[in-house]
Amino acid sequence: MIPELGHFALILALCMALVLATVPLLGTYTRTQSWVALARPLAWAQFLFLALAFATLMHAFLVDDFSVLYVANHGNTQLPEIYKISAVWGAHEGSLLLWALILGGWTMAVSLFARNLPDEVLARVLAVMGMVSIGFLSFLLFTSNPFERVFPVPVEGGELNPLLQDPGLAIHPPMLYMGYVGMSVAFAFAIAALLGGRLDAAWARWSRPWTLVAWVFLTIGIVLGSWWAYAELGWGGWWFWDPVENASLMPWLAGTALVHSLAVTEKRGAFKRWTVLLALLGFSLSLLGTFLVRSGVLTSVHAFASDPERGLFILLFLLLVIGGSLLLYAVRAPGISRGGGFATVSRESLLLGNNVLLVLMTALVLIGTLAPLLYDAMGWGKISVGFPWFNSMLVTFMPLMVVLMGIGPLTRWKQQDPNELLRRLRLALALSVAAGIAAAVPLLGDNWSLGLALGLSVWLVSTLLTGLFLRLRGKGGLRALAADLSARGGRSYYGMWVAHLGVAFFILGITVATQFDIEKDQRMSPGQSFELAGYRLQFDGVVEAQGPNYAAQRGTIRVFRDSKQIAVLHPEKRVYQVQRKPMTEAGVDPGFMRDIYVSLGEPLPNGDWSLRLYYKPLVRWIWFGGLLIGAGGLLAASDPRYRLRHRRTASEGDALAAGGRA
Amino acid sequence: MKAARKKRLYLILLIVTGVGVAAALALNAFNQNLMFFYSPSEVSAGKAPSAYPFRLGGLVTDGSVKRLANGLTTRFDVTDMDKTVSIEYTGILPDLFREGQGIVAHGKLRADGVFVADEVLAKHDEKYMPPEVAAALKASHDKGVAEAARESGS
Repeated sequence: MIPELGHFALILALCMALVLATVPLLGTYTRTQSWVALARPLAWAQFLFLALAFATLMHAFLVDDFSVLYVANHGNTQLPEIYKISAVWGAHEGSLLLWALILGGWTMAVSLFARNLPDEVLARVLAVMGMVSIGFLSFLLFTSNPFERVFPVPVEGGELNPLLQDPGLAIHPPMLYMGYVGMSVAFAFAIAALLGGRLDAAWARWSRPWTLVAWVFLTIGIVLGSWWAYAELGWGGWWFWDPVENASLMPWLAGTALVHSLAVTEKRGAFKRWTVLLALLGFSLSLLGTFLVRSGVLTSVHAFASDPERGLFILLFLLLVIGGSLLLYAVRAPGISRGGGFATVSRESLLLGNNVLLVLMTALVLIGTLAPLLYDAMGWGKISVGFPWFNSMLVTFMPLMVVLMGIGPLTRWKQQDPNELLRRLRLALALSVAAGIAAAVPLLGDNWSLGLALGLSVWLVSTLLTGLFLRLRGKGGLRALAADLSARGGRSYYGMWVAHLGVAFFILGITVATQFDIEKDQRMSPGQSFELAGYRLQFDGVVEAQGPNYAAQRGTIRVFRDSKQIAVLHPEKRVYQVQRKPMTEAGVDPGFMRDIYVSLGEPLPNGDWSLRLYYKPLVRWIWFGGLLIGAGGLLAASDPRYRLRHRRTASEGDALAAGGRA
Repeated sequence: MKAARKKRLYLILLIVTGVGVAAALALNAFNQNLMFFYSPSEVSAGKAPSAYPFRLGGLVTDGSVKRLANGLTTRFDVTDMDKTVSIEYTGILPDLFREGQGIVAHGKLRADGVFVADEVLAKHDEKYMPPEVAAALKASHDKGVAEAARESGS
């Protein structure tokens, strides 16, 4: 009975979405206030029904209701409670339901917190989100109903994929989905602006905090995913250029471009068409990602059992969204006013460079991801595009971007005196070149990349410090920091500051972790020791252990430094009861400067084991940098100027746009 | 006005050249870094390159997995149900590696016809078959069916 209630709630949510997508939108054209005013309650009702449906499915998992096919396939009585909850989104149907719920959540959040929006604009934004919701809810109901019953009812469930029984994975998909789906808010704002024919600085100001928050979720989702892969897959890597990883990276790159381009549109009224295109691109790439994951057209560790019908549905939806929005853009773009002009040396130019590079990188990742499909379709053979290509692309374009990233914040809007800019950059330039050479010289020969990375990081940090010094000098030094943080526009600046600092950590982490890591596959007997980068790892053998729903072989490795024991690691090989899948749990001794990482290989005769031993310097800086980038985004989104009443914002925006036109 | 236009034109030209050069670089690197996939039948027929690395996939033949004396090198056969190729891999095999499982290996062909792998991939879902392996199996199956039909027809 209860699952049917969930199914019914889902149908009602679709009905709400259908009304939400049409009536308020029509109301904005016929100027019927009552229709426009319907948008808010409809958004709330939609979310309510989706939450009900979601709660029902979660209930089915918690009470082990195996008469529901989805629960029978992925639930199990032996599963710990927390994984019963995360099992809700552990496979296709449930993760789509989570997707729809989050979309409903974003829709409601816009209706609640976007108080500075005029009613008509809000109605359009919510209507566009309703349209997206129609697409996903009909996909759920018609091709992947999570509430489908099964008869006869199985006695025991098929269990959640053991790989997904990890706290990191319990939160990684919701975070990532918050980001993916959040891109739909930026998309909805762009479409609403195109529909209303009002594309101005006020639009950029409204849409910017939402875009930032979505982008932050996407950032954190990717960081968590990378950390999970490292901790859980047992082979010490943190990024595999897997199609599904690329599917999350592409919207992130486009989103990063969008966040920067929105800044130009808000501050200077320029780049409007470009910004709109980026908003369309970001969401289209999110959808493309969904298509790639759900259709199983690409080989990937994430591939769920695939179903061509589902793939076709998403492909059609994708074409409709991209085609429809581009058509609307083509009709409306000629009417969009030109923004304010700018000189060749100006912050606008540098941000343009940033955008070109980011879009270029997005395109390269897209090519690398889709090339195997194209080759296969054309009969040119079956190929894969692996690490070397993606890495060489990254190494080509990242440095260029980091150079611009250092200059940009120190450059004035509209026009910058090049000599003054050079004076400001002199110190940073000298420091970073010196640091780069100092790092490269002792290792001269093949390791120029460490020099490059250190140079770039020092460049970022020193330009950031220069900027902070110049900003605070006139305000009374470091003591003014707190006051500056609460002033209008202050947090935007410090958000940028923190995020760019994150990039510096990220670059150093990536370079050092990939260039100086040590990996050893080693055969070891109990009691035997192995020297790894100044640490002594002593293998104390493997014993049987029992977990809540798995049996494990548990190894013990003691880590010594200077004959002092600093850590005891317990890597495991687990076999989960139901699916009989072997799983490797790595033993990790984490540290800010290095990780020691051990995973069990296979048992060999005489109680020996093959072990995989890693020394990974600075690997945590990669995720720390990623988290800083996310924190910067949050700080920027919390800027008080986004919370002003709408009348003032709108008129100010109009004036700015008018000024830009002149 | 005219000067501003000229400036804008230069900027656009600069960007177009930059993007063009970048695209050329990327495509060039792309062609050098492709990894083609070959099935055991294609490798046996000598269609696979001997000079550069490629990917080889199939089902691990039952009873073929042997550990060499050093304890870390494993030798096993993969098949597409028509032809079989031996693979040698030094290191730790993935959790889901076992006989009968579909796998994909990266590596190079040695002069004696053994494929020396530097990476072996087995997917996380045991029901999941790498699409390349599925296609190779289907191709050899279709070939077998066609041959059987020809024999019974003659």
